[in-house]
This record gives sequence, structure tokens and C-alpha cells, in this order.
Amino acid sequence: MSFDPARVRAEFPLLADPPGGRLHYLDSAATAQVPQAVLDAMAAHDTRARANVDRGVYRLAEAASAAYAGARARVARYLGADPGEVVFTSGTTAAINLVAQSFGRSLKPGDEILLTQAEHHSNLVPWQMLREARGLRLKFIPVADDGRLDLGALDSLVGPRCRLIALGQCSNVTGAVADVARVAAAARAVGAKLLLDGAQGAPRGPQDMKALGCDFYAFSGHKCFGPTGVGVLWAKREILESMPPVWGGGGMIRSVALEGFTPAPAPERFEAGTPPIAQAVGLAAALDWIAALDLPAAHAHEAALTARALSRLPAVPGLRIVGPTEGDNRIGVVSFDLRGVHTHDVAQALDSRGVAVRGGHHCAQPLMDRFGFMGVTRASFAPYNTTDDVDALLAAVAEAARIFG
Amino acid sequence: MSDDALYHDRLMALARAADGAGRLEKSTGRATLDNPLCGDRATVEVIVDGGTVVAVAHDIKGCILCQAAAAAVGRHAPGADPAGLLAVVEAVPAMLAADPAPPPPWPDLDCFRPVRAVKSRHRCVTLPFEALGEALRQALQKTGGNF
Repeated sequence: MSFDPARVRAEFPLLADPPGGRLHYLDSAATAQVPQAVLDAMAAHDTRARANVDRGVYRLAEAASAAYAGARARVARYLGADPGEVVFTSGTTAAINLVAQSFGRSLKPGDEILLTQAEHHSNLVPWQMLREARGLRLKFIPVADDGRLDLGALDSLVGPRCRLIALGQCSNVTGAVADVARVAAAARAVGAKLLLDGAQGAPRGPQDMKALGCDFYAFSGHKCFGPTGVGVLWAKREILESMPPVWGGGGMIRSVALEGFTPAPAPERFEAGTPPIAQAVGLAAALDWIAALDLPAAHAHEAALTARALSRLPAVPGLRIVGPTEGDNRIGVVSFDLRGVHTHDVAQALDSRGVAVRGGHHCAQPLMDRFGFMGVTRASFAPYNTTDDVDALLAAVAEAARIFG
Repeated sequence: MSDDALYHDRLMALARAADGAGRLEKSTGRATLDNPLCGDRATVEVIVDGGTVVAVAHDIKGCILCQAAAAAVGRHAPGADPAGLLAVVEAVPAMLAADPAPPPPWPDLDCFRPVRAVKSRHRCVTLPFEALGEALRQALQKTGGNF
């Protein structure tokens, strides 16, 4: 099967008929666009099966419950996992916070959590909060000059008090893909759990939890060509069953009396209140949509776009790529500094030419500190992007360099 | 470049002029404010004496819009009376957001007209003015409210 980005692009209403008439959307690492199939799935749910779930006995409620359970099963299939191991959350941030607030209660003063210098704030701040609450120690895997994790000191960082290693599967700034197998081995050696922030990894295709060797995996719907407001925490069943609920309310209990309550089994015990039902249905449709792509061809296409940007952007005087400059083990995220020009000025100038990129610290301020920048400008690629998008980026960056020269 | 473009020549010239950039040794009011959206930081210092703002300095780690706004402060605030400056501080957000747009409190601020269409950048412009307001209020407190 040949890969035709134009055909993929045509499936996305916003890209097929962009507001304003010209759009080179290069911010999919922040939020990806949504294909018609996902919009249709959510509309069909809300027009044919909208009701609360696991509460009503009427046929419509049965249909809604079936749709929600079906969504969970399809997410599980995407992860090579059991549906009982899939918790719907509001996104990656909520999923990681759930682990911190629930699994984190089992940690004792002096226990250690190993993170990296490259983490998104959503995989840093929850652990800083937990450190304050429970007297933990946080350690950090450093980032090398090329933007990749420097795993040389890994064995010395993973000590006998290490209880958890939590890291991004792929960096949202540098695009570097972490050597998860090596980190997983280090975690296993001391009996520590491994959490992967899959926000940038999950959109690339079905993930195999067993092969990754992790204990927790978190990702968001809106970066997977799905809706906002929904995400997933996957965890091994025995770990989930050992974790206490964090939020109380309807839907998460087995029984309640004035004296107390008995929580429902996992995953329901972590889903207090009415869940994001249509969003879960949309997420499942989005994951099905990804899985139906010719993924090797899609990845080759993304790699070609990335290589084009990486090879031609440095022609702009003073431009510095932040992250690996070669194509292996990196995703289609290209960040750069343009002679210290403020990233919002760069991004605004690019927008005037229809090029939508993200500027700022990308919720990774420690990584910005590591490289000595307040922020960087980031272009990120998805299967619907084309060579034309990259060339528009190159031309717009050259123009920005002229404006701010 | 057309004045309709965000980064038009007058705005770029104002930013590059950088009037008032630097620090004061004996400020009577000083404020540092951040914009969490982009991490920008504006520090504004003032010396108020005898009912007049005799000196203003700013240190900006921010974008061109923030630099240009700070330069306008550095250009027009020295010699002004504090109450008048506080009125300018209050007027700048309205200049960017009110409909219809009121006239800018200083003619130089007309260069920010294209920013009206980009709400996410309004605070880039207002940040130095907010810092100016805080610095003036601090100076006011030190003098017991009597400039």
C-alpha cells in the first residue's frame, strides 16, 4: 500500500477547508487534528446512544454502556492489554497525577523516584508535589548536548531505594525517543516500577505494553487525532488492584453506607462520576484510525519530512536545532532557536504566512534551562503533513530571520 | 512593512530604541512581573521625587512587543506625574481590548494597534505597564501616599 499524505489530509475537515484559507499545521505534538471518522463516531454516539453509563436499565442506557465498554476494549487492543487495565482519565496529566496520588501513597520517606531532565511538567510537578507530601527523593537522568538522555549514569542513579522510574517515551521538545528497554531493565533490577509518559509515543501507532516492559502508560486523546478531555492510564492489573481510589463519588463504589464505602474493582474505582463517554468513543475511533494506516509508510513519510526540516533549517544564519539532528530514534518534532529571538515573535511571524507552530518552553522549563533558552520554536509533523508544509516552514523562518535580523 | 502587520517598522523601531533599558541604583519603587504563558519577565524601577517620576528603568526578558511597550514606558514616563501614569496603566488594556478602541494614551502606543487582533499577545504589551503600576504603588506606599 502506498502512502498518500494528500489522501490522509483530505480526511481532516479542518485541513481540507482551513479557516482563513491557508494553513500549514505543524503543531500536532500539542494537539493533532481530527479526522472525519472520529467526528462521525462522536456524533453518532451523541445522536444515537447518548445516555449515562452503567446506571440506567433502559435500552438507550444499555447502548451507551456498551459503547463505553467497547471503547475501553478498543483502547486495550491498541495497547495489547486487557480492558480491565485501562482507566479513562481526562488526559495524560490526569493519568500521571492519578498514579502519583494513588500508587504514591505506598511510598515511604527516603524512597526515590527517578525522572529525567527532559520531562514535561506533567511528569515532573506531580512527583515534586509527592516529594513534599511524603519525604521522597527525586533524581534525574541528565540530557546530553544532542538532546538525548545520557544513560551513562543510569546504573548509579537507580539505587536500592528507587521505587519508580518515570519518563517520556518520546520528548515533546527534542523529539528523541528514549531507550525504554534499557531503562526498563534498570527498573526491573531493583524492583522499581516504570511509568511511561506516552503522550508523544501513542500517536505513532499501537503500543505493546508487554514489549515496552512498563508498569504504567499514560497518554492523551487529543494528540492521537481524537477529542480533548479524554486520556488513558494503563497499568498492570495487579498494580491497579493494589491502588486506592483517589476521587470519590458515583460509579467508583461497590457499596456505600454512612460508616464508609467499599470501592469497585479497577478500573471503575478510578473513574468517579460520569466519565467522558462520547470522548472515549471518539478516542477509540481515533486509535482505530491510526491502526488502519500503513504505519511503516506513514513513519517513513514523517521521517522524510523531519529530515528535510533538519537538513534545511540550519541554512538560516544563526539557527540552532535543539535535539538530535539525525533521523534515527527520533519522532517528527523539530525544535530550534533563532538567534535568541523570542519564540512567540518567531511563531507569530510564521503565523502571518499560515504556518502554525508552537513557541515557548513547551512545559519543559528544566530542559530549557539545560540548553540556556527561555523557549524554543517547535514544528511537529503528522501523517497529514506534506513537503509543501515543510517548505512553507522553511520560507517563513527565513522571512522571520529577515524581520528580526 | 505595512502598519497592519504586527511587526511593522514603527514598532520594531520603538523596540530597538530601548528607551529606559537598564537599572536604577536608588529606585523608590520596583516591581517584577512574569507572564506564565511565555515566561516573559518585566522589571520596572522608578524614582518618584517631589510629585514627579524623575527616572524610570526597565529590564525586559521578553518578546519584541514587550520590549516595545517597555521602551514606550521608558520614553514617556520620566517627568510625568504618578497619578497620570497610573491612568495610562489603566488605559492600556482597554486600548487593546475595548470596542471601539479608545485613542492610545500616548501617540507612540498607536503602534500596538495590530495587536488588538491577537488576544494571546495582549499581555506582552501590558506586562511592562503592569510592572510600572506596581512600582509606582510601591513608591506611593513608601511616601505614605504623598508623592
